[in-house]
Amino acid sequence: MKNKLLLGDEAVALGAVHAGITAGYSYPGTPASEVMEYLIKASAGGGFNANWCVNEKVAYEEALGVSFAGKRALVSMKHVGLNVAADPFMNSSITRINGGLVVVVADDPGMHSSQNEQDTRYYAQFAQTICLEPSSHQEAYDMTRKAFDLSEYFHIPVVLRMVTRLAHSRSQIMEKPAREKNKTHRASGKDWTLLPVNARRRFASLMKEQEMLLKFSQGSPFNMLDLNKQNKKLGIIASGIGYNYVMENINELSPAPSVLKISAYPLPHGLIQELAGHVDNILVIEEGYPFIERNIKGLFGIKGKKISGKLDGLLPITGELNPDLARKAMGLASLQGRSSVPDWLPGRPPQLCKGCPHIDTLKALTKALETYPKAVVFSDIGCYTLGALPPYNAVDTCVCMGASVSMSKGGAEAGIYPSVGVIGDSTFIHSGITPLLDAASRDTNMTVLILDNSTVAMTGGQPTVATGEKLENIIRGLGVDLRHIRRIVPLKKNLEENVEVIKEEVKHPGLSVIISFRACIYEARKGKKGAEK
Amino acid sequence: MKQDIILAGVGGQGILTIANIIDYAAQISGLSFKQAEVHGMSQRGGAVHSHVRLSDEAIFSDLIPKRAADLMLSMEPLEALRYIDYLSEGGQIVASQNPYVNIPDYPDLDKVLDAIKQSGNHVIVDSEKLSREAGSSRSQNTVMLGAASGFMVLEEKILLQSIREFFKSKGERIIDMNIEAFRLGREAAGI
Repeated sequence: MKNKLLLGDEAVALGAVHAGITAGYSYPGTPASEVMEYLIKASAGGGFNANWCVNEKVAYEEALGVSFAGKRALVSMKHVGLNVAADPFMNSSITRINGGLVVVVADDPGMHSSQNEQDTRYYAQFAQTICLEPSSHQEAYDMTRKAFDLSEYFHIPVVLRMVTRLAHSRSQIMEKPAREKNKTHRASGKDWTLLPVNARRRFASLMKEQEMLLKFSQGSPFNMLDLNKQNKKLGIIASGIGYNYVMENINELSPAPSVLKISAYPLPHGLIQELAGHVDNILVIEEGYPFIERNIKGLFGIKGKKISGKLDGLLPITGELNPDLARKAMGLASLQGRSSVPDWLPGRPPQLCKGCPHIDTLKALTKALETYPKAVVFSDIGCYTLGALPPYNAVDTCVCMGASVSMSKGGAEAGIYPSVGVIGDSTFIHSGITPLLDAASRDTNMTVLILDNSTVAMTGGQPTVATGEKLENIIRGLGVDLRHIRRIVPLKKNLEENVEVIKEEVKHPGLSVIISFRACIYEARKGKKGAEK
Repeated sequence: MKQDIILAGVGGQGILTIANIIDYAAQISGLSFKQAEVHGMSQRGGAVHSHVRLSDEAIFSDLIPKRAADLMLSMEPLEALRYIDYLSEGGQIVASQNPYVNIPDYPDLDKVLDAIKQSGNHVIVDSEKLSREAGSSRSQNTVMLGAASGFMVLEEKILLQSIREFFKSKGERIIDMNIEAFRLGREAAGI
């Protein structure tokens, strides 16, 4: 057994490698990207397949194919990525999963790098499957392997829920010996052809299985009740990394409260009832939504018991937990110190890098639209979203992957002119192609700017599947009028020329696509270094 | 034995490099550690910080509680103040005096440095000058690590071993430059 130094995401990836995966699939997204980055490095010597996919839905379905063949697959994504993959995810829970399928989803409480802080435990409950929620690196590693066993034992996809703090924290883990991959043993078509006749049978089977899932979580060592018979006042339920914040402070409480650590779902009813039977007050500390709290409180609460947490305001219902918030909720005074952050301290928000091609594109766009005060610029997910901030103030929306194109069409049809969409090359490939096909079929009066910087920049420069000529060919293939597919090079010296192109296409009373093509400066540097070698 | 360290700076200043060098040194020393860092959107030219926790016992929280940090190591004066409420009574500040100005409303530098001086025990270092002496302004982070090293529970020779390991793939010249930067920083802190 070796001691290894890993990010939480990497501990998951290594757990999957040692569990004997045949394949790993993903689309980049903070805070999940490092799972696949590690898998790609680990797969370099052969042995298994690991690659970035065009989006999370595709990644999930590729993993499903692996499972059908009887082999183990890991699919990883950020929390909102599961919205994109929700269709295969929900349906896969009623197929009879064959080779182990583990879905790693990294939530981002506090929205460090996301547009919402949705809690994946609801998805796991929705699909009526098992969710494991590690609180440490070692658990991240161990639980990943266990998740594959559970998936194969119960024939369901198993969710491993990560959160930013664990995903992006580094620590040591003890490795276990790697095991062999599965041999091919294909699944039965009847269990995977979800025609109503089969789906009804499979759904009934999943419902019947719920009792067994509950039995698992009730007996799982990942759920641990530490009952202090001397303290009938307070019991704490802590899940995932919420457990760490409780343990950070617990030594200061006397007598020590009972603690129920929950890291495996469905909720272990028996353990919760046992704790509730013993104490008057239950404090729930969980990262994300008040999932456990709401479930145990239900509509009427538990008679004679006080349940505290996020719903009664003892803990904030938005944002990320930390040891200080847990302290306060546990009734402990804040630590004392003399220094406080000066009130005159200016913020230092993230910025587009010096020399970034997006700066030149956004400047040209803003200038071209100067004479159109009613113009709306629908934008998307990527570095260029920073164009919403000063000094650019260049875009008006950012909702979800690909929405720039579809919202431009809807906006245009509602009478907005000019209706402009701004989307990066990777986001376009992920979810922009289908809405552009829609817009092309009606030749909607809108202008789409595709910012082709040849990479998935914001998440750290992962490769994109189509850039340059290949990307342009896709756009041509969608049926966009060839005379209105234009190319510009976003450079300072080209500003006037680029403004003219944008103006011309805004004037065109139909669909135009302008590809603004210049590589991300980091990618360009990497390319140079590669050439020198 | 335990030590909580806040690392602060601006994205691109090499905070994560320092963090990785400390992690590896902790690993060689047989200590437990947890080190929370910032990736993604929050990284680009924006404020960046990392929580490093070292202990000979199990560590639970990845984050350091407020008023609990023993050491604040900041690559930039303004950024030292942003997380100053993490510093414990009696905690040590080690900050660079060289501002990274990429915002329009950067305050008067003297005001910033005064606020640091009033916040606790402090060592303020001209990391820019020392890094140039060592051979490149890119070694400012190792200068600052050197300046803070005397306040750490990690031994100097182990930190040096970790620096060598970290820059191994970049060749002898880069290793030597960083070791010199570390030495100059340590000297400037008066240790």
